[in-house]
Amino acid sequence: MADSTVHLSTDVLVIGAGGAGMSAALAAAERGLRVLLVDRSLIGRGGATVMAQMTVAAALGEEVPDHWEHHLADTLAAGRGLCDETLAGLLCEQGPAAIRQLDSWQVGWARHADGRIRAAQAPGHDRPRCVYVDFLSTGPAVSRTLRTRVQRQSQITRIGDLYVTDLSIGDGEACGAIGFSVADGREVAIAAGAVVLATGGLTRLYRRNSASANMGGDGHALALRAGAELMDMEFVQFFPIGHLAPRLVGMDPIMWDPFRYKLGGRLLNAEMREFMDDYGAPEGARYVVTRDKATYAILKEVQAGRGSPAGGAYLSFQHIPESALREAFGPVIDRLAKNGIDLKTMPVEVAPIAHYHMGGVRADATMETRVPNLFAAGEVVAGANGANRLSGNAITEALVFGRRAGEAAAARVIRNGVRRPPQARGPHADILRAGSGSAATNPASLIARLQDVMTDLVGPFRTGDGLAQALREIAELKADAGELPPERAGPFPLIRIDWFDLRAMLLAAEAIAQAALARGESRGAHQREDHPGLDPGWTVRQGITLRDGALALSRIPMPGGRAAEVA
Amino acid sequence: MMTAIATLIVHRAGKDGPEKVSRYEVPYAPGQSVLDGLRYVRARIDPTLSMRYSCINANSCKECMILIDGTVGYACTTRLQPRDMVLAPLPNKPHLRDLVTEIAPPDERLDHALKGG
Repeated sequence: MADSTVHLSTDVLVIGAGGAGMSAALAAAERGLRVLLVDRSLIGRGGATVMAQMTVAAALGEEVPDHWEHHLADTLAAGRGLCDETLAGLLCEQGPAAIRQLDSWQVGWARHADGRIRAAQAPGHDRPRCVYVDFLSTGPAVSRTLRTRVQRQSQITRIGDLYVTDLSIGDGEACGAIGFSVADGREVAIAAGAVVLATGGLTRLYRRNSASANMGGDGHALALRAGAELMDMEFVQFFPIGHLAPRLVGMDPIMWDPFRYKLGGRLLNAEMREFMDDYGAPEGARYVVTRDKATYAILKEVQAGRGSPAGGAYLSFQHIPESALREAFGPVIDRLAKNGIDLKTMPVEVAPIAHYHMGGVRADATMETRVPNLFAAGEVVAGANGANRLSGNAITEALVFGRRAGEAAAARVIRNGVRRPPQARGPHADILRAGSGSAATNPASLIARLQDVMTDLVGPFRTGDGLAQALREIAELKADAGELPPERAGPFPLIRIDWFDLRAMLLAAEAIAQAALARGESRGAHQREDHPGLDPGWTVRQGITLRDGALALSRIPMPGGRAAEVA
Repeated sequence: MMTAIATLIVHRAGKDGPEKVSRYEVPYAPGQSVLDGLRYVRARIDPTLSMRYSCINANSCKECMILIDGTVGYACTTRLQPRDMVLAPLPNKPHLRDLVTEIAPPDERLDHALKGG
């Protein structure tokens, strides 16, 4: 059979077109290089940035005096001793410039009448530091602004509906990727001088999540199979007050947070009593408790039989005057009314929902992984957020790390040029052509089973027995998924996409469960019921690599060895 | 007790192709979206059904636009109803498979990149 593979060549290949990927593409293109920006979904539509309704943290100092070192102190405290201080420092120091650049591109940050950019005080921050675009439009505005810049940049070629299945490695270095065109099933091989992974997180591994369907750890799996190292995989952030009931459509389930800290929404148990104080996390009149502690308190109330009917807590704005509600929520009030929700007369129910992953690919300060020429940016990178991410740091991280990765990738290509990738042969390429020809397995149903396993056994509360059981179930699911994707290549085969997604999700799930089983303490987003409390001896990170098809854990000492301050 | 059922009648061919219709019965719960129903079908009944969606619930990706009872709408914001609901691909876009049409901007497609070198 003739080789029908489509071949493309570029200087810098960026995989993923969310905030980090678009920032990386812009940075590399500004240095005059050709950039190929690919996404498995449509460009600028998938991923997390477009869905972010909330705020972006940066020490602009316009609302109140501020300095990036204060932002860093809050980031490190939230990270519970495990932040990579270099990466966290870069995020905080370069955040303001990234915010101002978007401002100059007319993103539309909310402003005071005197022109100062408004900032809200999100949980975990020592002062108002989080900028936003009204109403609940931060992510869409950031995404649209970057997308417009990318479209105007002739050096960037955009290809949506392109599913990358593996990175290409030659002589131990990244030199491109292979995959397929979703619209028609054609195989695609891309040669590139450097590759930037900007594939986002993995919260799709959980039943209730705020991710889009394309955030299932595909970048983590690509990185592992290419020889890169993952780190901090056990730290999955649950957003404490994800919407639970009544059912909302057309709105992101994490929408309540900014209203809660702008207006002081009250979090109540089934007895209609505030309970955060009971867990040593007094909120006072403001809403300042970090996400890990709030998640813990809500789930403990539910466990104690004091949960709301749907299994969470009540969030009430009934004490807020109607005019204040209208001012803060704007048109969102009408969208809520369409969903049958009148905040003046009823509370809503909220519960923790998988929201963000602190772990990911281990990268140095230039965002390069241990595989030469392979860079990473955004949520897929580990380190900056330690064991628990501070509110508002995700988009800052996407913008700052995206730009750094793009710049470093460009510098590498300027120095080394583009090498020819090895012939696209071997198991990675064969699987693209392969197919069982049937739909005997249902990968969508296996994904649902995996989400149950992860939620029930590898969620906010974990035990050694539960984690061991999760690893057994993940192995069973792997066997059920089989070695070959279903059907054959063709136009928009969602069942095959599900299978490739499942393959990545299983590898990411196994990495999380293994790291969580090994960490015999409770810290930040990792809470072991059989190992309560933080153990200073565990102020160490865990790395994970793929060796001969099996995951291998290692310990990574904290640089400098000094005991970081633990909140 | 009878469980309420939403029946999804899904047109899986483009307007020029031979007619191909699948009928799926989905347990109905108030508040669900049409996309919830389609995701139920794929996980429990028929994994071969293709549709396009990314953000699931937030209506931010705008990818799940289809014809619902003859009207263009988003599967993620249209409520499921305990009755027959007719779903079809967008009629004015090239048909790819089942409910999926080609909605990518022309300059963001593979062939455009190939032409551009």
